Amino acid sequence: MQPRAASERFFDTAFKRLALIAALAVAAALLWITCIVALRALPALSEFGLEFLVTSTWNPPRNAYGILPSMYGTVVSSVIALMISVPIGLGVAIFLSEDYIPPGVQRILVFLVELLAAVPSVVYGLWGIFVLIPFLKEITPLRGPGMLPAALILAVMTLPIIAALARDAISNVPIELRQASVGLGATRWETIFRVIVPAASSGIIGGIMLALGRALGETMAATMLIGNSTNNISLSVFAPSSTIAALLANQFAEASGLQVAALMYAALILFAITLVVNILAQVVIRRLQRI
Amino acid sequence: MTTDSVPKPAAFQLDPTQLQRDYGSPRIVFGLIMTGVSILFMVLALIPLGLVLYYVTIEGGSKLSWDLFVALPPPPLVEGGGFGNALVGTIIMVAIGAAISVPVGVMAAIYLAEFGTGKIADWVRFANKVLSGVPSIIVGVFAYAVLVVTFRTYSAWAGGFAMAILMLPTIIASTDEALKLVPQEVRQASVGIGANDYQTVLRVVLPAAVPAIVTGVTLAVARAAGETAPLIFTALFTQFWPNWSNWLLEPTASLSVMVYNFAIVPFENQQEMAFAGSFVLVFFVLLTSVAARLATARRVY
Repeated sequence: MQPRAASERFFDTAFKRLALIAALAVAAALLWITCIVALRALPALSEFGLEFLVTSTWNPPRNAYGILPSMYGTVVSSVIALMISVPIGLGVAIFLSEDYIPPGVQRILVFLVELLAAVPSVVYGLWGIFVLIPFLKEITPLRGPGMLPAALILAVMTLPIIAALARDAISNVPIELRQASVGLGATRWETIFRVIVPAASSGIIGGIMLALGRALGETMAATMLIGNSTNNISLSVFAPSSTIAALLANQFAEASGLQVAALMYAALILFAITLVVNILAQVVIRRLQRI
Repeated sequence: MTTDSVPKPAAFQLDPTQLQRDYGSPRIVFGLIMTGVSILFMVLALIPLGLVLYYVTIEGGSKLSWDLFVALPPPPLVEGGGFGNALVGTIIMVAIGAAISVPVGVMAAIYLAEFGTGKIADWVRFANKVLSGVPSIIVGVFAYAVLVVTFRTYSAWAGGFAMAILMLPTIIASTDEALKLVPQEVRQASVGIGANDYQTVLRVVLPAAVPAIVTGVTLAVARAAGETAPLIFTALFTQFWPNWSNWLLEPTASLSVMVYNFAIVPFENQQEMAFAGSFVLVFFVLLTSVAARLATARRVY
């Protein structure tokens, strides 16, 4: 027996330090993003203050900036999207966690729902422009890009997130609960509504919030379909609107001077909103793990 | 004999084989309706996928030709051309992204799964989940502020850097999971025969987890290849081939940005290019998803 060589011990310590540094780099990246975006937004922050949030003009030539219409569009498009994708996603999650179909077929359906999330958003945008908008023009008062097609595509993109996370939460409910409920004489759907869904609720709500975070920050589908009207708020879903992400995607490449700072300010707002939604989602999901 | 003369209470005369579902009962009807609704929702969820795949295949798949992969994008109204430069650009930027995020991500996951105990690991996992929820456009803004502003030019590096940040959470999460699946006994055996911790990790644990890690990296690459938002104002777009003599410090084309740019122009030949480009993107994602599925079916331990 002999003690380990000094070089061995050095490698061992160095390896562990390196791993620790890499892990801390992830947290550092998050802080770095926050600092950089905040720092770049500072000129606009001091110029416009909180009025930026309630002003509805976006006029680069006159250096007048406000993002009320874009904020309205961001929130409304996401809420409409979730109103469609939450019930459908939950239905899919329940259907795929019950024993309606053989496990083989079930796995294929789960894979197809996952695939829905894997299609690049720019492809959804392209499809929206050439197929969805012409179709909607036929059957609704829609006259071109607008809130409705953007919200519909956002619904398609958030649906797989809700379906996957709700299904996870549902399949984590102990089978004893189901057995007890059925043993007491409950039917399948009484069991689902009164036992399974309440028991899985924090996972389901966490999933819905993650989907909301995704919808708020989704860029390409919104940019290509919403019509990018940054100066007025229309209550109609058939009218063009804008989102913060779409505003950034449209104007960043050609912006200069104060406009860049104003866009950074808008990015900071979007970042803050999604950060809050995501952190709340993680906290809710963590509560589930403790049960 | 005497027992026959005493009539049983009604409840005990029940014959279980004669039990029948009462389809008039509101509880049963409610259940049947809900089953129907859930089947309907399942079908509704798959319709968009089918339609998108159908249109992209019909419109894009039919335009496939060799030229598409080696030629430069066409100007408006000129037939022919391709997206060779965009394909190369996407590959370059995804490679830059992977070259940064795979080493950092795997090392971070090794810390989380092997050495991380207590608060730090918890916080890093939390930060990783939050990072995965950061909108890709914000990552683009960040890369713009850090690299584009510093070097005063749009570049493949800025695009690749943004992609690295987007890939990192997926790689960490999947590697973390993969390492956790390696049984504790294997580590104990390795330490038992005198291996150091780094030897245990590098020679025993990591090799066992490689298939799952590769799967995670593949999925991250597939997602990154389709990302558009972080590239629009970091790599921008160009009609020309990537310029190596300039160290890639110039606008660089990518498939996803090409699809975006050509989707919103009124020229039919460029729109066709957009559909062909999205066919390639979708096909790539489809292929990697199926391959990842098959790869995770096998386990070392």
